Amino acid sequence: MNETSELDDIQLITLDVNGTSHEVIVPARHTLVDVLRHDLRLTGTHVGCEHGICGACTVLVDGLPARACLMFAAQAEGARITTVESLADPETGALGDLQRAFTEHHGLQCGFCTPGFLMLAEGFLAQRPEPTREEIREVVAANLCRCTGYQTIVDAIEACATARCADRAEQAPGAEETPCN
Amino acid sequence: MNAVPVNADPMKPVQDDRMVGKSVRRREDPRLLTGRGRFVDDIELPGMLHAQFVRSTVAHGRITAIDLSEVRRVPGVLAAFTAADLELGDIVAQLGRPLSEFVPTAMPVLARERVRFVGEAIAVVVARDPYAAEDGLEAAKVTYETLPPITNEQQALATGAALVHEEAAHNTLVDVSLFATEGIDEIFDQASCVVRVEARTGRQNALPLETRGAVAQWDDREEQLVLHTCTQIPHQVRTVAARCMRLDERAVRVIVPDMGGGFGLKCVVGREEIAVAAAALRLRRPVKWIEDRKDALSASFLAREQHYTARAAFNADGRILGLDADVVCDMGAYSCYPFTAGIEPLMASAEMPGVYKVPAYRVRGRAIATNKAPTAPYRGVSRPQQVMVVERLMERAARELDLDPVEIRRRNVITEFPYTGINKMTYDPGSYLESLNLCERSLRDAGWYERQTAALAEGRHIGIGFSCFSERTGYGSGAFAQRKMKIVPGFDLAEVRMDTSGAVTVTTGTMSHGQSHETTMAQIVADALGVDIAKVKLHQGDTDRITYGWGTFASRSIAIGGSAVRLAATKLGDKLRAIAAAEWGISPDEIELDRGRVRRRDVDAVLTHEHLADIAYLQSHLLPKDIDPGLSASAVFDVSNDGTFSNATHGVVVELHEGTGQVEILAYVCVEDCGVAINPQVVEGQCRGGIAQGIAGALFEQVTYDAQGEPSATSFMDYKVPTAHEIPDISIHHLETPCTFTETGAKGAGEGGTIGAPAAVLNAVNDALRATGVELDNTPITPETVHRALTPSTPERTP
Repeated sequence: MNETSELDDIQLITLDVNGTSHEVIVPARHTLVDVLRHDLRLTGTHVGCEHGICGACTVLVDGLPARACLMFAAQAEGARITTVESLADPETGALGDLQRAFTEHHGLQCGFCTPGFLMLAEGFLAQRPEPTREEIREVVAANLCRCTGYQTIVDAIEACATARCADRAEQAPGAEETPCN
Repeated sequence: MNAVPVNADPMKPVQDDRMVGKSVRRREDPRLLTGRGRFVDDIELPGMLHAQFVRSTVAHGRITAIDLSEVRRVPGVLAAFTAADLELGDIVAQLGRPLSEFVPTAMPVLARERVRFVGEAIAVVVARDPYAAEDGLEAAKVTYETLPPITNEQQALATGAALVHEEAAHNTLVDVSLFATEGIDEIFDQASCVVRVEARTGRQNALPLETRGAVAQWDDREEQLVLHTCTQIPHQVRTVAARCMRLDERAVRVIVPDMGGGFGLKCVVGREEIAVAAAALRLRRPVKWIEDRKDALSASFLAREQHYTARAAFNADGRILGLDADVVCDMGAYSCYPFTAGIEPLMASAEMPGVYKVPAYRVRGRAIATNKAPTAPYRGVSRPQQVMVVERLMERAARELDLDPVEIRRRNVITEFPYTGINKMTYDPGSYLESLNLCERSLRDAGWYERQTAALAEGRHIGIGFSCFSERTGYGSGAFAQRKMKIVPGFDLAEVRMDTSGAVTVTTGTMSHGQSHETTMAQIVADALGVDIAKVKLHQGDTDRITYGWGTFASRSIAIGGSAVRLAATKLGDKLRAIAAAEWGISPDEIELDRGRVRRRDVDAVLTHEHLADIAYLQSHLLPKDIDPGLSASAVFDVSNDGTFSNATHGVVVELHEGTGQVEILAYVCVEDCGVAINPQVVEGQCRGGIAQGIAGALFEQVTYDAQGEPSATSFMDYKVPTAHEIPDISIHHLETPCTFTETGAKGAGEGGTIGAPAAVLNAVNDALRATGVELDNTPITPETVHRALTPSTPERTP
């Protein structure tokens, strides 16, 4: 059972999650998603397949979507990790604009895949603020949802992108009019 | 407290504020969007242990030895139990049919002397964390004397075949021959057109994105085993758990947290949830089990593997004269509780004539046992396949008779209601012809027929296909009794309570797992009671909190559960009016309910719910003698007739791509009628999600087994779940034929999408293949099949 005990070697690591620094003692083999969920009790990030296909565990690592089931927690040390728990207003609990778009467009039913789609979309929209519907659909195809048939998820992300684009245009008056997709 | 809006015009009718029929925002969403839902894996109890299961590596065999001694030595492992250690009763599902029609078989919680499929649970390993539990599995030693695996229908039915269950001769668990209209053979002999279809459909996994899981804990103070589990049927899990552990039913409390989908896979009792409960009882410590995806795909419950041999007779005008079918359903190794292995063949046999006026019908339906993971109901249950077969027969007859495929349907759909079919079912009013016409017109107006013609000229392969169907929903106890189930689901029971703040608590026996009942049931109560929807909170899925219920399956929740809720709310409204009537000294008939208040019809005077609740609870001495203190009402609703039938027509346009064999869906139109839509946005969500699952079955998903009975699909690498790349935007049109006997006019809406999609897609593919002379009848329609059809010179693949 030597192999097991090596795998169970414990490490003290520091994780930066949603802007808060956490020191956790974890066995080397524990995945990021397990540590987020069970050590830090941030249970919004879900586990759907543990082999990187379904995307229910999607979080942002340094701003980019990543499968938290395919990373060891120790690998995330030094990175900025962002989870679904960061999206609502920390003071009031009010939903963020992407979350509101999901509820307005009925982009969720059972809600199990939803945190993964939200983080996927947040990461994507940060990279590509004015995507076409086709580009959104392509990105949404990265994760699995069994309830919605995806259309309303695409609708929600599209609506959010459009609204953000309009906000940016409003906030930058003198700037050249840029068409919002 | 929420402010009661002031009504500027006191005589304005209350109807204007109706919640039913509005796409109100979902109550469930804020917590689910912020990561504050509570799914079973989110439950963490002090001292909690983690379980995983030692599973069979052979498809069929006798267990000669189970050695867990090494398992118990693995660091972190605290215990390991076999069937002999836990001494649990078996899970046995029964039908009240003679042995010639149904053979009852037991499903042990853990395998004892025999294993019947790869993945069958043999022992439960309990450890301090899930990682250590997995380590423990590696150290288990089970030896088997292997038996010949039965992996398909042909092997199962062969003379002298090995028997999956000794008591089931010919591996046949269910064998029913029904209806057999007199003279049906002569009808076929004399008909001017007889068409045949032989179709096979792939074995699928319902695939809720949340796998199964449970957390069990013995509570000394309550003298109760508390089982948190993601099930669609909490009370039935309680019954089985209590019986298997030989506890009084009171001593088991089942609590269902948020559920990440179910689709039928979670409407049967799982052996693992019982084993986890037993382990927690034995260890007197909380035990959690979360199924991994490999086990979910290969060792939970599967569905849909069926083989149809069907023929239909038509007259020269294209009117159907008779339908004759043989259905064989591969149910895998065990009969599920409570539905039994009869779930698929009995559904297929009873409902195959569907929306058509079929004057003569004969069917034989069989369930066979094989060495594969067992079968549970999956969204639509047999209807995706039976509709597909009947729709193929319609298309084939249209071709033979040179009729338009929509026209032949027009000539055959039921148009006068109520209609009692040859299958002895009475269909309540629907819009079968209207939905068909609207669906066709929608594709025609969008120019798809012209585009198809133009594409053909360019050598492209575009096809248009339809499916026309109804979906029986709201099965009451009468309908299930007719199926001869021994455990007869049907009724539901709701309670509506109001507290002194005027807030309303509703309990229902149904169990939402994505269907939005917290919203839709609140809409129903808001209208019935004249109360702000924000004041209504639904509780479900806790057997100590809810009197009794049959859970959520078979699209029963809004039709039956929603009716019970409406009745209970109305009763409570009557009590509010009675209390007000006593205070005002007038008749309750002169009082109406109006948004958090009761209002006199004659003069402008109101009393608030809070005021009436104060009297009911805090000043009960003011109540007249004939009114009991407190504000609660309960009601039962059941359906005594054959249920209510939702209907729809689906129209699909596909393009087949040479070279890749890809089936691309270019357009998808669904015209649906589920009676009164409580929340149209929710209904559309059910349609779209259902259609996506139907497309998945038509084109992508299948679990196959090799000759040894090893399942091919154990990860998402080899079980293709469609993504946003494959599922198109779907256009939905609503028609509304209100149900006359549910309290809200609603019919069920949960399964139609899944039922209609495979037939429509398959018909569209065949339309696109018209020039090739190839006709496909099996699903999933693989790229290889399409490629070969488009490229006849493609050599057969050698295995």
